[in-house]
Amino acid sequence: MYGLGLLKGLTVTMWNMVSPGRQFTLHQYPDRRVGLFGLAKHANTNVFAYLFRRPGMAVKSLVGLATLEDRMPQHPRFRGEEFAWYEERCTGCASCAKYCPLGIIKIVTHPSGEAMQEGEKYAIDVFDIDIGRCMFCGLCVEACPYDAIHMGSGFEEGRYERRELVIDVDRLRRAPKRPSAWFRPQLEAKGYRPLDGEEISWRDVGRHATPDAAELEERWARR
Amino acid sequence: MAIKTEPITINLGPQHPSTHGVFRLRVTFDGEEILDVEPVFGYLHRGTEKLAESRSYVQVVTLTDRLDYVASMSNNLAYVRAVEKLAGIEVPERAMYLRVIAAELQRIASHMMATGFLLNDMGAFATPLMYCFRERERILDMFEMLCGARITLSYMRPGGVFQDAPDDFWAALDTFLADEPGYIGELESLITGNEVVLARTRGVGVLSDEQAVADSVTGPMLRAAGVKWDIRKADPYEVYDRLDFDVPIGASGDTFDRYLVRIQEMRESLRIIRQCVERIPEGPVRPDLPYNLRPPEGDAYAAVEGPKGELGFYLVSDRSIAPYRCKIRAPSFINLTPLKKMVVGWKMSDLIVIFGSIDVVLGEVDR
Repeated sequence: MYGLGLLKGLTVTMWNMVSPGRQFTLHQYPDRRVGLFGLAKHANTNVFAYLFRRPGMAVKSLVGLATLEDRMPQHPRFRGEEFAWYEERCTGCASCAKYCPLGIIKIVTHPSGEAMQEGEKYAIDVFDIDIGRCMFCGLCVEACPYDAIHMGSGFEEGRYERRELVIDVDRLRRAPKRPSAWFRPQLEAKGYRPLDGEEISWRDVGRHATPDAAELEERWARR
Repeated sequence: MAIKTEPITINLGPQHPSTHGVFRLRVTFDGEEILDVEPVFGYLHRGTEKLAESRSYVQVVTLTDRLDYVASMSNNLAYVRAVEKLAGIEVPERAMYLRVIAAELQRIASHMMATGFLLNDMGAFATPLMYCFRERERILDMFEMLCGARITLSYMRPGGVFQDAPDDFWAALDTFLADEPGYIGELESLITGNEVVLARTRGVGVLSDEQAVADSVTGPMLRAAGVKWDIRKADPYEVYDRLDFDVPIGASGDTFDRYLVRIQEMRESLRIIRQCVERIPEGPVRPDLPYNLRPPEGDAYAAVEGPKGELGFYLVSDRSIAPYRCKIRAPSFINLTPLKKMVVGWKMSDLIVIFGSIDVVLGEVDR
């Protein structure tokens, strides 16, 4: 019968509309619009108690102006902005600059006289990452022989001007040391969450375990 | 009384919601009927092939993400296979299975997108598209677990994949494999029997098998025309020769068959993934290779069956760290060859549907 296919399609649409778990909602990031019930649930009270406690918000919610912050859940491996950089690990070798497909990392160094035994460690004068052109491929992280640079987990670095998008060395020093678990299976194994976890010390981020005193003795003193 | 008319030329695009990107069609109409179509390419040209000549072999992987940006995994796979052939690199077993799983997931995501936008172009505004995007979203979430990105993945490296899959990926994949046949069936019952869809697509834009072969069309378009040609069967790469799957073909090569072949291919992809999950061995996923590869002098061509068709990379090496030449055989571009033959004689609205059923991505057409 003509029209049967149409009816069948309409039942599918109806089923998707009413059945829980199949609905998909659009969230207006970063806020989720909520009604009075949603606000009360968020405040862990019932509607009447909420009405007395926050009458202003209750009125706002009735005219559709109340919002709750709603962050997108991300996987720990998410490759994002806010590069986590460990100065203790960095020797200024500029491998990351060399292996960046776009050449957006600029490094200027001078000899520091430190760590002469391990090769030389250079002090960083300039470490500019132009995230306006960065495509977050993570090749700099993969290339770093000392595991000093890591992807971050943020994605909210919007700026009004392009030059503000350049991350300089001071900002890198100040940035929270919450590296993404990308290319770091040991962080993943610990169940570490970059967005809400604790900051990680430079000793724990390497691909290889930190050598203990006996191993260092073996490596260096017997030469 | 006969009215004297003359043909009128209309520009469709470059900015047009149904051209899936920046693509321009110069169409000559006689009333509503199409007399001539002249596609104009190049609005999205970024010079990927030339850029590849100044990037090292690993760095080019990031460029391939941007070719067919709804199917980055397949692009990665085709490229790294060409590099492996050039340099003679052995790939670990587990990496091959992971690659096949990723590529098949990407095929489902790409076909979902093709189906959704075909219906969107047909006028079924947003509803089927949202159903398709809901499924695609789950696949993108899984890709985020695999490699930390959703669209520009850069997951594969010459010699393997960059990192093993985390535990939550396997759990998500299991639920996906359990749910997805139901969702595909739901999508099919929404669309396949729909009388409006049938009226708009049955017999519209027929591409005969001789014509398809003569124009070197590949992928679902060729299979919809009734030619059983799939590189996964004809020249098996990775582990496809050990897997059991069918190649669905269409009967008449019209727009409806192209849609139906895509739906059936999604089911076959699920079958492939299921077998891979059962058989995947433990082991390393990436051999220890120098960061800058220097393949011996020579050239290599490797092709994979991408979601759009045969996606091939031809690389020439001169022993330096960057390819001397990188030629990309882009299926979207070549599948546009018979566009004129398919649309001449049809109406304006059919042009949009036929173009949608070819499933082009302009990042790949213009490269």
